[in-house]
Amino acid sequence: MSDWRPCASLELLRDRAEALAAIRHFFSERQVLEVDTPALASAANPDVSIESIAATAGSHTAPLFLQTSPEFFMKRLLCAGSGPIYQLCHVFRNDEQGRNHNPEFTMLEWYRTGFDMFALIEEVEALISLLIPAIDAPATRISYHALFEQTTGLDPGSASRADIRALAAELGIVLPSNHPDEGLVEMIFNIATASWMKEQRAVVVHHFPASQASLAMLSPDDPELALRFEYYVDGLELANGFQELADPHEQKRRFESDNARRRERGAQTMPIDEHFLAALDHGLPACSGVAAGIDRILMIRNRQPDIASVMAFPFPRV
Amino acid sequence: MATYNTNEFRGGLKIMLDGDPYSIIENEFVKPGKGQAFNRVKVRNLKTGRVIEKTFRSGESVEAADVMDLSLQYLYNDGEYWHFMDPDSFEQYQASKTAVGDTINWIKEQDLCSVTLWNGQPLSVEAPNFVTLKIVETDPGLKGDTSGGGGKPATLETGAVVRVPLFVQIEEVIKVDTRTGEYVSRAKDE
Repeated sequence: MSDWRPCASLELLRDRAEALAAIRHFFSERQVLEVDTPALASAANPDVSIESIAATAGSHTAPLFLQTSPEFFMKRLLCAGSGPIYQLCHVFRNDEQGRNHNPEFTMLEWYRTGFDMFALIEEVEALISLLIPAIDAPATRISYHALFEQTTGLDPGSASRADIRALAAELGIVLPSNHPDEGLVEMIFNIATASWMKEQRAVVVHHFPASQASLAMLSPDDPELALRFEYYVDGLELANGFQELADPHEQKRRFESDNARRRERGAQTMPIDEHFLAALDHGLPACSGVAAGIDRILMIRNRQPDIASVMAFPFPRV
Repeated sequence: MATYNTNEFRGGLKIMLDGDPYSIIENEFVKPGKGQAFNRVKVRNLKTGRVIEKTFRSGESVEAADVMDLSLQYLYNDGEYWHFMDPDSFEQYQASKTAVGDTINWIKEQDLCSVTLWNGQPLSVEAPNFVTLKIVETDPGLKGDTSGGGGKPATLETGAVVRVPLFVQIEEVIKVDTRTGEYVSRAKDE
């Protein structure tokens, strides 16, 4: 058995340690507090496109879930008055494995009270240029709608279902057999923008359609848009951020609608995080938050072809 | 009907798309941090050889193509079809001109070929990487020339024409690389 050895070279493992130290220094200088929250919890994110890994522990009769992001715990801290916080932790996503995916990976997540989405984007850019010195210019900023329209000729907000399907077929998307329209716009967006993204180096896409709001608040100026952004380098998504939804009723409604979609698909529903909803009831300060994939940042920082090259023990070496 | 889930996708898997059999060359799993996961695949049409890209929503099932590769012995050509036989089961198959393609330039009776069957019918025939064939026509070279420099055309018993060194003569048996169509050496007596 020769695969006991680490996958990443020792040089890359040292570089990882340096990058983590630089991140801690970056936040310490900005007076953002490092926190440490559980990986295992009784609730999970019901988002239909995120699969949690269930675990059993001791006398717990209900299943526990490895966290797909520390978001709910960190927001509970914010509600308790922590002020700006960050965390470096491992998160887990079932069924995600490929060149740019490993089911367990290192996430950097941080929250800035009083920041709007664009203020946080600037901080993301400052951190990325520190970690990837080759990215020395500000990212190209473009709204989701403008980028979609520029690359496909269609407005994702007003295009008819037939137009979206025709475009999907043109791009080689095989229409799914059930709920054929679900996720189609997202797949088109990813495929159609790929070559443009690669030409740009760094790109920030902002103002996503409300249907992809996730945990972002909707724009007060246009409820069709969510205050969500993604940061890409060479077409690879490095970070995903929100101006955070603080309304507990809207949050509960989104969780329930996620679980309803799960039931529709015959998928397992997820226990809703009541602690998190109670914390929102108490009050989440106005803030923006973002999650960044550390392994992917290290991939680009070291010009590596896949995520396994920067991890000590990627799947299936575990 | 056999199907494959996208999480079973890997190079070499044979699937049906728009009524044609395809072989997966490359499979890439793509998953936005918050969003729909999908599989981008590069596939080769086994009838035309054309390579295209397709995208599937992850978790979808795709019909499996009833495709298999067999090692078959070439028997004879009846003017319309090329006949092959499985040396183990003695089962015979007839391949059309389209299926045999350029391979007809390289194979002679008794040769073992890799034949791809789709629904039990030959879809394509591949010649062995190296074949030994007799030269039926070539200009007589200069005696004593063993350098091989320059070369000359030689017609083989199958009708194919390859460049051979000047010292190689008519009636000699040579080894040819069918992937490049190039002379390799004189065949050693075996």
